Amino acid sequence: MDFLPATVPLSWFLILSAILFTLGVAGFLLRRNIITVFMSIELMLNAVNLTFVTFSYRLKQVDGHIFSFFVMVVAAAEAAVGLAIILTVYKNRSTLEIDDVSSMKL
Amino acid sequence: MEGLLFLTFATIAVLCALNLVLQTHPISSALSLIGVLGSIAVLYLLLGGEFIAAVQLIVYAGAIMVLFVFVIMLLNTGAEKQPTRKIVVTWISLPLLFTFIALAAMLIAQQVPKTEVVTFGGFSGGTTLSVGRSLFTQYLLPFEVTSILILIAILGAVVLARKEI
Repeated sequence: MDFLPATVPLSWFLILSAILFTLGVAGFLLRRNIITVFMSIELMLNAVNLTFVTFSYRLKQVDGHIFSFFVMVVAAAEAAVGLAIILTVYKNRSTLEIDDVSSMKL
Repeated sequence: MEGLLFLTFATIAVLCALNLVLQTHPISSALSLIGVLGSIAVLYLLLGGEFIAAVQLIVYAGAIMVLFVFVIMLLNTGAEKQPTRKIVVTWISLPLLFTFIALAAMLIAQQVPKTEVVTFGGFSGGTTLSVGRSLFTQYLLPFEVTSILILIAILGAVVLARKEI
């Protein structure tokens, strides 16, 4: 087990966070199911949370955890309202494909 | 020990996130997202965030994902249809994404010195005691505003889910 480092560099956490955020962006742009798009947003929020907690470790301050907590609260509120909107869209249009829900397109 | 823990759970997180993006059925994506959330909770523990790890599991993987799975089950729409986007979009976007990841990793590796390492127990300020103390003294006003936000979200969800709209 020589290739495993005993300690983890701080930058690995940030790089992992960047990878997760990019995958979230990819899902947001490439998927067409509105629920999957919504879950990609949650993935991006989680990547940012990981960055907050990592910098909280680096600065030895608890503020990053507080911000992370607030992001979770906002995500919960967003999920409640967003899923209600999805239910309403499905009730009116009987589809979840975002390409079919384009009445606000110019 | 930390290296093994980090590599294991970082791999799980990245694989689950890839699976989230690649699956066509939303319920598979939801299960992958739960995997991502759980492995990120372990990484929070590694960074000394005990409270935030517990909140991640209870609120995110528990409450929010149950809401998602509930809506997916309720609508029961099945897998996504075949892609209507042009194949060119995929073939341009994927190299761009990889370039973005590589640039971000390079910038981070340049800016953050190699000597900064994470050891288990290196930061013990993430306990419920210290988070609660900070939340109810320094961040009391944002905390109270948050409760109003939650109230508005509940009202909005109730209004949107009515029959008439």
